Amino acid sequence: MSFVLVQVIVGGLLLGAVYALFSSGLTLVWGMMNIVNFAHGDFVMLGMYVAYVVYTLMGGGPLLGAPLATLVLATVGVVVYFALIRDIMKGPMLAQILGTFGLALLLRYSVFWWFGANFLSMPQDIVGGTYAFAGLRIEASRLLAGVVALLVTLGLHLLLTRTSLGSKMLAVAEDQTGAQLMGIRPDTMQAVAWAIAAGATGLAGALIANFFYIVPTVGETLGIVAFVTVSLGGFGSVPGALVAGLMIGVIESLSGYLIGAIYKDIVVYVLFLLFLWFRPQGLMGKT
Amino acid sequence: MRRLIWLSVFAAIAIAYPLLLSSPFQQRLGALVLLYAIAASAWNIVGGYAGQVSVGHVVFFGCGAYAAMGSYAKFGLSPLFGIPGGIVLAVGLAAIIGVPTLRLSGHYFSMATIAVAETMRLIVTNTDWLGAAVGLSGPTVPRNIFDLSFLSSLPYYYLFLAILAITLLITWWMTNSRMGFYLRAIKDSERAARSLGAPASRTKLYAFMLSAALTSVAGALYAMMFGFVDPESGFGILISVKILIMAALGGAGLLFGPLVGAAILVPLEEISNSWLGGKGAGLTFVLYGAIIVVIARFQPGGLLSLFKRRGKPTKDTGASHAP
Repeated sequence: MSFVLVQVIVGGLLLGAVYALFSSGLTLVWGMMNIVNFAHGDFVMLGMYVAYVVYTLMGGGPLLGAPLATLVLATVGVVVYFALIRDIMKGPMLAQILGTFGLALLLRYSVFWWFGANFLSMPQDIVGGTYAFAGLRIEASRLLAGVVALLVTLGLHLLLTRTSLGSKMLAVAEDQTGAQLMGIRPDTMQAVAWAIAAGATGLAGALIANFFYIVPTVGETLGIVAFVTVSLGGFGSVPGALVAGLMIGVIESLSGYLIGAIYKDIVVYVLFLLFLWFRPQGLMGKT
Repeated sequence: MRRLIWLSVFAAIAIAYPLLLSSPFQQRLGALVLLYAIAASAWNIVGGYAGQVSVGHVVFFGCGAYAAMGSYAKFGLSPLFGIPGGIVLAVGLAAIIGVPTLRLSGHYFSMATIAVAETMRLIVTNTDWLGAAVGLSGPTVPRNIFDLSFLSSLPYYYLFLAILAITLLITWWMTNSRMGFYLRAIKDSERAARSLGAPASRTKLYAFMLSAALTSVAGALYAMMFGFVDPESGFGILISVKILIMAALGGAGLLFGPLVGAAILVPLEEISNSWLGGKGAGLTFVLYGAIIVVIARFQPGGLLSLFKRRGKPTKDTGASHAP
């Protein structure tokens, strides 16, 4: 294998870790409440803009931008849960899909109206330098994004499986009435899930803002990536999202390198359709 | 009987409108309302009656538009000859999306429609044969009447009115046929309908294919009126949004809901565009997003469901509860 190919694969893995991070938010909400957030990609977009504003207004780098984006988006998640999701969850399917789809438009075009349709980008040197490692050259900003995303996704998995908070959330997902009888408030737990899910998108957005193009419509592309990741990994499964996210990152990078950059999205979308045809429960999901 | 009287009153108003309000702007506005009403009524068949929310319906619209313009630009034929090709393409795509996803919960269907629309947009944008980012143009000077290229909006108005009438008639006929009964049963409870022998997946698929075919016709008409189609106007997500919001605002699952939604939103958009100019482009869609959220949160049945007889829970006008 040539060095270039290894380089492409490593780049794909690093980006894939970020995909995994924001997709685990989608899978958490989907698995727990059986609702698909069509505004999920736009949450990531918001995170990117928060990081951008932190840089332009306060001159802060990712050290300030990433925690702030996480916090802002977690707040957005809680507000959205109480203002919208809690009610449409009980409504018909039409209301569930329209509600979050409308939210996506609202966020996307508010940002569009405020910042314009221009492509923005962070300065190249905000996370400086490139590391050379055994012949590979990796940009520091991508390395930072990949490693942090990987660690946080693993942390999220541990939070959900090893802590009492995680058990409580699982209990609510399993049986709301039963959980209530045990003194767990479903409302609180679901709000926490939205805070975690949206916070993850905020962090992911701030991490990729350092090397990605920043544009209001980026949320649509990233939203579809999250759908693909979750249906590949099986819904409700954070480890599934991690494996699927890494896979999609690599597939995207490889097809971009081998076929051409404009086809990398098409390859991922076609893969999604193939999965719906032949294995809708995902790679390791339950039916 | 009363319904018949109301219907003839509305039909008379629709026929007289472009003669009474005869400025080019008003006629064009009328034609656009009818055009979007056709597309939204077509969406209503699958989104309203079958309860499967397509958020990428523009993909069928684009098939029709590209087939119509392609038949002129590539073969020198009248755009009319492209319509059957557009329908075949749209129905085929509907099968590709529908067969796997209509067996699953409704979320998969919605995600697949948006992914397919985006895929088509990317493919068309990168295909030189289809004009890539520039798109395809229709006849600049009409050679004969079959090119359906008119300077005035008046002929388009009556053409669209006729097609809308046909679309509504098909929808009405569908709701009163066996298929309509199946769809209502499936929307109420898919499990119960299945257990009584209603072929749920197949019925939903038929509704989806019918909707795709009619949407493709709407796309062809759109391209003929504007004389061109490009990837954004043919496969852009914003057209999906307009189709969806018109049906949902008026009343998804109600025969005249999409028409009411189009009659409210098309003038609103034209006015906001002319007042705000370029600045308004983003703001219009902020407003659309807000309207969709408010409908979903407070009145999922749409405006027309407010006028329905009391005692009927409004919830029934939306789609089924997800199992």
